[in-house]
Amino acid sequence: MVDASTRQKLFGTPETNFLNCSKGWKSWAFTLDHKRIGIMYLIGVTVALFLAGVFALVLRSHLFTFDSKMLSDDMYNQMFTLHGAVMVFSFIIPSIPAALGNIVLPMMLGAKDVAFPRMNLASFYLWIIGTGCLLAAILSGKGLDTGWTFYTPYSIDTNTGVIYATFGAFILGFSSIFTGLNFLVTVNTMRAKNQGWFKLPLFVWSLYATAIIQVLATPVLGITLLMLIAEKTLHIGIFDPKYGGDPVLFQHFFWFYSHPAVYIMILPAMGVISELISVYSQKRIFGYSFIAFSSVAIALLGFLVWGHHMFTSGQSLVVTLIFSAITFTVAIPSAVKVFNWLATLYKGSILLNTPMCYALSFIFLFGIGGLTGLFLGALSTDIHLHDTYFVVAHFHFVMVGGTLTALLGGVFHWWPKIWGRMYNDFLGRVGCFLVFSGFNLTFFPQFVMGSRGMPRRYASYDPEFQIFHQLSTVGAFVLGLGILLSFVVLVYSALRGPRCSSNPFRAASLEWQSSSPPDFHNFIHTPVLTDPYDFESQVYDEELDTYIPREFANPAKVAPRKEPVHN
Amino acid sequence: MAVADSHDTHDDHHDLYDHGEFIAHHFDSAEQQFDSGKLGIWLFLVTEILFFSGLFVAYTLYRTNHPEVFEQAHVFLNKYLGGLNTIVLLFSSLTMALGVRAAQLGRNKNCSIYILITMVCATMFLGVKAVEYSHKWDMGILVRSAFNLTYTHPTPTTEIGKALHISDYLVYLCVVPALLLAGFLVASVISKLIDKGTLAKFMIAMAITVSGYFLGVCIGIIFMNATEGETGSTHASVIAEQPLMLMASTQDDHAEDDHDDGHDHDDHDKAAADSNHEGEHADHEEHFGAHPADGGEASFDAHHPDPSTLSRDVGIFFSIYYCMTGLHAIHIIAGIIALAWLYWRSLLGHWRTDYFGPVDYVGLYWHLVDLIWIYLFPLLYLID
Ligand code: HEM
Ligand SMILES: [Cu+2]
Repeated sequence: MVDASTRQKLFGTPETNFLNCSKGWKSWAFTLDHKRIGIMYLIGVTVALFLAGVFALVLRSHLFTFDSKMLSDDMYNQMFTLHGAVMVFSFIIPSIPAALGNIVLPMMLGAKDVAFPRMNLASFYLWIIGTGCLLAAILSGKGLDTGWTFYTPYSIDTNTGVIYATFGAFILGFSSIFTGLNFLVTVNTMRAKNQGWFKLPLFVWSLYATAIIQVLATPVLGITLLMLIAEKTLHIGIFDPKYGGDPVLFQHFFWFYSHPAVYIMILPAMGVISELISVYSQKRIFGYSFIAFSSVAIALLGFLVWGHHMFTSGQSLVVTLIFSAITFTVAIPSAVKVFNWLATLYKGSILLNTPMCYALSFIFLFGIGGLTGLFLGALSTDIHLHDTYFVVAHFHFVMVGGTLTALLGGVFHWWPKIWGRMYNDFLGRVGCFLVFSGFNLTFFPQFVMGSRGMPRRYASYDPEFQIFHQLSTVGAFVLGLGILLSFVVLVYSALRGPRCSSNPFRAASLEWQSSSPPDFHNFIHTPVLTDPYDFESQVYDEELDTYIPREFANPAKVAPRKEPVHN
Repeated sequence: MAVADSHDTHDDHHDLYDHGEFIAHHFDSAEQQFDSGKLGIWLFLVTEILFFSGLFVAYTLYRTNHPEVFEQAHVFLNKYLGGLNTIVLLFSSLTMALGVRAAQLGRNKNCSIYILITMVCATMFLGVKAVEYSHKWDMGILVRSAFNLTYTHPTPTTEIGKALHISDYLVYLCVVPALLLAGFLVASVISKLIDKGTLAKFMIAMAITVSGYFLGVCIGIIFMNATEGETGSTHASVIAEQPLMLMASTQDDHAEDDHDDGHDHDDHDKAAADSNHEGEHADHEEHFGAHPADGGEASFDAHHPDPSTLSRDVGIFFSIYYCMTGLHAIHIIAGIIALAWLYWRSLLGHWRTDYFGPVDYVGLYWHLVDLIWIYLFPLLYLID
């Protein structure tokens, strides 16, 4: 119990915070503060999202009619390659861990910063350099037309800017390794006193599992891309069949990274959703340890299924069968999570605000995305569906419907914490509705087209598919509008939104014990260790209009616990 | 700071600590900082191993698919030079470990000496490697697409090359170290003049480090001559006139072994040739066609009747060889830079019994780089 003035100091609106404690561009460019680095990352990935999003809209516009002449075939190839490469390497992989995770993770541990702040900043600058190299492929006038997968032998033979792009992806890989390594160490050594592994928020578990993949898989991509560069410049004959090399080996190497990489994309998203579902249902997360371990299980199983991308590339039947079987097992931990979220919602007191709307969209869209993965993992159906729009729809359901949706939900959730200002919830929900409906309109027709044989990566198509493409194009613009609206809502609120309190939604994880915006050192006091899903540990304080830990509240005004303390 | 005289100054240290001289603000204690660093470096080593793993996988695949080629190809590698380098690196691991120990005891002076020796070993390694590389480049032993074994050594054209009878490539490989050496010497004199004693010391140490490279080059040449006799790169002019003996002089014993299972290989080669690479063989016939015959190289001829096979796949072996050893050499260079930083900090007397993390971390890195070489050496040099 502390007096009212201390409470004011700890949980009221702070005069100095991490945003205004130092000024000038240098205080940002050379900052070692994880929150500022996270914000810079957030700006960076947003730029990448918009850039690659514009490429996508150009592609979709081109596809509006079956005999469109808007783009030349070459231009079309370059457009979809850059769209994919920028989205995957520059946007989606760093999005949740490096931007949101950076801001939130140390605070969830009650720490002042990540373990290696300089490495954190280096990671951001590597991101800039890597993205610059990717884009250099366009700026050099050469373009890039291999698809984001850089498959050999075409990538060796083409004259486009493969070297720039692969070098960029190589650098981005190191940026990602730096983030992952930092997070692993941070979670291991920087946890609050007595904060055991099972008192960590599930977002931390998911970031930890992600970091394992980042550290274990990304170096393999690094060496693969270096070998590709060596192949292209020196013709070393490892991948190039002209010199006795094996082009399928490249596919193995590439997917050995890139399949685990899809879990780099989705696991943090699942972590965000676990937080949102629980907080906005005000209910203890159902099956904590199942969700926690399913993250780790996904991370580990994810290393054993890369061959499902190569069912038609000429693998032996035995290997193919094994990969198919393991692919099916990955669905189990994914489903474990979905069922746990649903069970958490059951009888919760649900607040349908913007982040929660995104969280519910996630469950629906990820469900479809994950289940269609099983059609692709089944051998007989995959022979038919491979390299069709069905695959395109599948991975967009998981990557956009899953990761982007969770990113938006998470950003809305932590936005008041970061800026100390509240967003306009109505417009936020309108944005969410547009994203959800636009998304479905864009990608659902692609399942239909794909299953009817419309191949991916083609600039023109049979007239019978035109109606589906047109629906898809319209949907893409609606989706774009939704994202744009959310962006405007967020930026406006950060600058002009009404002030908000330290913990407006009664969340119990430690980051909500800091003021909004947080202090430069995150916490003025050492936070009281609470169970992140024990919402009764937070009680309402009238003077400050916020939720604060029981320990700090005025005992005279505190209602007794309804739920017994778990421990 | 030696342990013996640390008693009276002990309190001092505590003060420094409380002011957090070497503890970053976000750590609660020196212990937490050390643990974080240690875990961080171990994870980093894991990424390093995985980084190399791609090459090891490529190696394994090609070796399983073309075992005969690896046996043909490795005779081009000089196992004495490889062995020498292995010993040099093992020794450097020892001095590194001693350096870590010295840092743990707070003996900065000892630590700096051990680190200096480690750095000299590292540059020596690179010097020997430069001799090996230049020797191969001379003979046209290059990556797959450029592979063009000529059996002859080109006559050196550079003045230095002519004067010392060494390969032009070796001269080129010495340019940067020579510039560095000169730079460090000049820098040490300047620092002396402007009264920066520690800096001068550092620069001299760097100069010594770089000299290690030239030492390595000299020892490498001597070894090369001793083990390859007339074919050594120093006698380029002699070799220019006569075909290289394919190291027959030192490889006689292998030649015998090879003979026994020679039939196997032949079958294998034919099978490979018959399958899908036929076109290529034709392409590359020109590189080889003439040599085995006019060289009068009985052993070569007898064991590898179809030289074009050698041309194609031996090139891939060397692609892998250059990728692996090149990447390893880059790691050695990175290690030297890290060691130089440690050396500088030892001169400043930073290590204390309760603060020696960086030496420990770099030490672990250095051991890993050595360890990778310990794998590379038998995998590349000691095949059969
Ligand atoms: C839930 C379990 C999942 C299963 C069983 C699954 C299965 C598959 C299969 C079999 C393919 C290969 C299809 C083909 O090319 O014929 C595939 C492609 C793909 N999946 Fe999934 N997937 C799952 C989840 C995810 C997630 C979570 C993501 C990303 C966040 C993802 C992203 C991708 C991508 C990017 C591709 C296509 C890559 C390309 O060819 O360009 N998948 N998936
Ligand atoms: Cu996959």
